Amino acid sequence: MNFLRRVIDLYVDGFRNMTVGRSLWLLILIKLFLFFVVLKLFFFPNFLAKEYSTDEARAQHVRTELLEDK
Amino acid sequence: MNELTTLVDWSRAQFALTAMYHWLFVPLTLGLSVIVAIMETIYYKTHDSDWLGTTKFWMTVFGINFAMGVATGIILEFEFGTNWSNYSWFVGDIFGAPLAIEGLLAFFMEATFIAVMFFGWKKVSPRFHLTATWLTAIGASLSALWILVANSWMQYPVGMEFNPYEMRNVMDDFWALVMSPVAINKFFHSVLSGWTLAGVFVIGVSCWLLLKRRNVATALRSIKVAGWVGLIGILATLATGDGSAKVVSEVQPMKLAAMEGLYRGECGQSITAIGILNPDKKLGDDEQTYLFDISIPYGLSVLAKGHTDEFVPGIEDLLDGIELTQEGDTIKGVSYTERIERGRAAHESLRAFDLAKAEGDTTGMVLAHADLKKNFEYFGYGYFDSVEEAVPNVPMVFYSFHIMVILGGYFLLFYLVVLFFVYRREKIMTSSKLLHLLAMISIPLVWICSEAGWVTAEVGRQPWVIEGLMPAKAAVSDIPAQSVMVTFMLFAVIFTGLLAAEISIMLKYISRKSKENIDNAK
Repeated sequence: MNFLRRVIDLYVDGFRNMTVGRSLWLLILIKLFLFFVVLKLFFFPNFLAKEYSTDEARAQHVRTELLEDK
Repeated sequence: MNELTTLVDWSRAQFALTAMYHWLFVPLTLGLSVIVAIMETIYYKTHDSDWLGTTKFWMTVFGINFAMGVATGIILEFEFGTNWSNYSWFVGDIFGAPLAIEGLLAFFMEATFIAVMFFGWKKVSPRFHLTATWLTAIGASLSALWILVANSWMQYPVGMEFNPYEMRNVMDDFWALVMSPVAINKFFHSVLSGWTLAGVFVIGVSCWLLLKRRNVATALRSIKVAGWVGLIGILATLATGDGSAKVVSEVQPMKLAAMEGLYRGECGQSITAIGILNPDKKLGDDEQTYLFDISIPYGLSVLAKGHTDEFVPGIEDLLDGIELTQEGDTIKGVSYTERIERGRAAHESLRAFDLAKAEGDTTGMVLAHADLKKNFEYFGYGYFDSVEEAVPNVPMVFYSFHIMVILGGYFLLFYLVVLFFVYRREKIMTSSKLLHLLAMISIPLVWICSEAGWVTAEVGRQPWVIEGLMPAKAAVSDIPAQSVMVTFMLFAVIFTGLLAAEISIMLKYISRKSKENIDNAK
């Protein structure tokens, strides 16, 4: 329990006393929002997971794709 | 240009843009974490508070760079799922396993100890803090290990068997994957090149402090640590580069031939130290390869094979499947025309398997699978219409390789000069504007060198995404080229904006701290 409290204190005090870190965290949060919310949701769906519901259907699609004349 | 070519080109361009952006931050993290750990070790041993200030200054710079790089690699995984879905499926768990280990072990280890590093100065014992700093450095290298293992498999696919039922490769020997000669060389070459890069960065910034006559003592002690780390880094990078060349000559001889712009090889092959390629040179013609070149006799034979008189095949020798013995006899290997035929035979076997599967013919499936195994190592060649398609972009590979090597040689000299002056001629080191400017100019050069190394490795692998098994044109998803083009543009804008903001934070921090007494750390 004492150990857990010390760990929590480490993070709480650390974040509270940050100087450069505040700008960096803001930048990281903007970046994570852009990457995981904007890009991942709207521009980067997992093609096979979105188009096919089973692994067998995905495998069949890839087989067809790989045997098609390119 | 047809739709497929456009799609492949845009997908490759997008992947290259993302990977090169990601690699702006990674080598500095790898090298700077070691430099910071050494500085803190000196502080721990000497209890000299000046070293504490120096350590904290560079640790914050490390933190800024780490924050700049966070999540940039994730985008590559998004692209695998969207743009390269055939590849993603085909590689099966071979890519998944190393990346999962990277995420679970190395990243969490790194992230946990980074918190102790930054927040724990007055919360944990000095010994525990120092341990956390070293574990952050080790964690960063371990992260890189698993990514590089996955990349090495693409260059040299081992430790797996293709399962036509699932249409994916199944790992059957984890250690063959991890201990492959490509993976071992690539790991040490990449990680130690990070030491070289970080050393130049620290020396460059320190020389800016010297030029401004601010925090001179901090700058000089930083140069000493960075100089030694960088010197060890560049020597080891050169040694592992030599190891890489020998491995590449064995497993990717076409890449080696492109790196040298070598069309026809010979026994006792020279190496081009500096050269300008003839832009009119085409496969199979009699045009000169170079407009100008300075060569080192026997150099390539020594570099690639370890002996002066060994034969090194050129691009056309490889296409013809020709090797020469030291006695001048010709050995006929597997030509690319034959590889294409055997690749097509493998495709036919897979078609037969597919048909048997559709008909529920179990015996037919087993027979077709057995047939497929006979030619599977040439599976990817079956996608080519002509042998020329199997040749990478020679000028791009040649120039990126030579830029890397020339700059690598320059950095060896750079470290020797800097270490000489900082230990033997400290006054000149402190006052010479020429030295300071040279060090500052070297900062962008070391990034160019590092990125050129990756261009050599990855463009030299083309047209393959998995050497011999899958060319880029078979790996892309069935999606419109325009959508990839749009996301490429989007990335270009986002990455440029983020990079500008991030560099601005770093420069502002360095500039602000330079006006204070860095050694006076609390």
